[in-house]
Amino acid sequence: MTTAAIQWTAMAPILPELFLVGVAVMLIGFDLFLPRQRQLLPWMTVVGALAALGMVLGAQPGEGFGGMFVIDGYATIFKIICLGAVIITTLMSEHFLRIINLRQGEYYSLLVLSLVGMLLMASAGDLMVLYLGLELMALPIYALVGLHKKDGRTSEAAIKYFLMGGFASALLLFGLSLFYGLSGTTNIAAISELLSSGDLVASPVFLAALGLIIAGFSFKVAAAPFHLWTPDVYEGAPTLVTAFMSVGPKAAGFAIFGRVVFLGFADLQPHWAPVLAFMAILTMGIGNITALSQTSLKRMLAYSSVAHAGYALLGLLAGTAEGMAATMTYLVVYLFMNLGAFAILMALAQPGRRCESLEDCKGLATRSPLAAALMLIFLFSLTGIPPTGGFIGKFYLLKSAFMAGYSLTVVAAVIFSAISAYFYLRVVRYMYMDDPQESTPVVLVPGMKAALYLCALGVLGLGFFPGSLLQWTLSALSGM
Amino acid sequence: MFLQLFFIYCALMIVASGVLAISLRNPVHCVLMVLVLFFHMAGLYLTLNAEFLAAVQIIVYAGAVLVLYLFVLFLVNLREELHIDAFIPSPWLGRGIATGLALALLAVLPSFTPGSKGQWSVEAVREMTHTVVMGQEMYSTYLLPFEIAGLILLVALLGGLVLARREENSFEALTKEAISSGCACTQSKEVSQ
Repeated sequence: MTTAAIQWTAMAPILPELFLVGVAVMLIGFDLFLPRQRQLLPWMTVVGALAALGMVLGAQPGEGFGGMFVIDGYATIFKIICLGAVIITTLMSEHFLRIINLRQGEYYSLLVLSLVGMLLMASAGDLMVLYLGLELMALPIYALVGLHKKDGRTSEAAIKYFLMGGFASALLLFGLSLFYGLSGTTNIAAISELLSSGDLVASPVFLAALGLIIAGFSFKVAAAPFHLWTPDVYEGAPTLVTAFMSVGPKAAGFAIFGRVVFLGFADLQPHWAPVLAFMAILTMGIGNITALSQTSLKRMLAYSSVAHAGYALLGLLAGTAEGMAATMTYLVVYLFMNLGAFAILMALAQPGRRCESLEDCKGLATRSPLAAALMLIFLFSLTGIPPTGGFIGKFYLLKSAFMAGYSLTVVAAVIFSAISAYFYLRVVRYMYMDDPQESTPVVLVPGMKAALYLCALGVLGLGFFPGSLLQWTLSALSGM
Repeated sequence: MFLQLFFIYCALMIVASGVLAISLRNPVHCVLMVLVLFFHMAGLYLTLNAEFLAAVQIIVYAGAVLVLYLFVLFLVNLREELHIDAFIPSPWLGRGIATGLALALLAVLPSFTPGSKGQWSVEAVREMTHTVVMGQEMYSTYLLPFEIAGLILLVALLGGLVLARREENSFEALTKEAISSGCACTQSKEVSQ
């Protein structure tokens, strides 16, 4: 037998992930041995994520582990979105955890471990890494949803999310195993080559496998008709976790969706694009119309996040580089506007009271003009009103879907977008035109303020300089 | 022929015991059904010439994991059943979708053609022995997935710990405790519970 020496250079591609695993383990140790320095945990998380962001930006494009791990522009952009979601969520954490009286040091390490899973998903070049990354991302979130055990709703939400997540994983795994059986490889690039060389004919089995994995992915990004878990889970989870779940895992879900469907099976676009177009219409319809009748602001935002998954599908189904770039741009904008809206919802919460209904934002403008103004920006952006990033993102999505010939889907998107203005702007009316129900001022602690300013800056910045981000994502996509 | 019959027997038993495991009322019966399921999984591995996996399946799953399940069942008091409202009001909708999915898969599966074989044919595996091949592949080609699986186990441990721990040490209680006692690190942790 020969003894093989370890080549440490082979580890270079996964350096950011390894670093974050180190941060997560350090967070557990820090929480265990230095409980009095607990207030340092969020800052360690933020600094760790920022350092990982630097590493991701500085990484050389290439492959690792025999093509299982891919570093390209596509992966980098999704990694930036996921890292951004964790950084902003962490900034908001301390205040909200204090309000709901939850102290679990493991919260931060679970967040970071979930982040590692998302980064692996973004870089997955192999179906096995893709699936394991997905599980690594999902498992900490199941625990995070059930973290707040004093609230009866969270346990139910956690159980529901766990069961539905397990079911989605089963569908996905069955599809992936069929791909493996048909092609003899789990490497996405190799399957793609077999497809384009015609060795792997698009047989009924292949299409069934494609259907199964689309179903599995749709569970993860909460696209209808696989969105049923979303409202209950989003409403039951602590608002902080909901904010994170509605952005990070969704972006990571789109990362693997695009990696398999758009980059891997581009030749099969005529097969999967109509399915996605139908799902996009259904998702936007169900999300926007059901959101109209909600009295809870949190549940309304949950349905709105379903609807936004539908918008993001528009770019994916176009099957062009422009379309994918539009989806990625939209996910960046969505990161800022959705986290911002949830941050205001968290700022409203008070010890012992959830304050999640629409009534609670009545007269917010008199209680805290700053919070109301920021919420106004986020809601305008979620609706898609011009000076904000939401408008630009939606515009690119509609344009790319229209260019690809899905005019009916585009018309539906515009109509549903107009419907959404009603329930978003209703909140604005409550904030500015109604009298406050209570007089206690809304306090914004420094961490929360930093997160809010970051979100507002992102939403407005992307609105005023629309072309730069799209150009950047396009060049990242074409530079692969 | 024998192999096919054996496969069909194992597959049917797996499906049947799986359905029974989630539909029986007595939790101990459920666990025993899972035991039956694990044995037939090991049988499936045998038909694939994977004797090492079959042995591991019996030793680790049937031997260790199941005994753990039983211990948990005996330690936890499960007198009360927890009732949660069904997701979908009518159970027949779910059953219809499940049957439709199964029929659709059964309809397409006959057109399945196996893809190209990798470098490990049955003869090559036999020559090097199954365990050696698996170890080598796992620590070279599949190192990254293997390590991620290890990380998933860490997360499962951490998540289980967080969910099982009693939540009584609130922010205020902890800060008070930290101030009053010089070394709060050992008391504030309830890992041992």
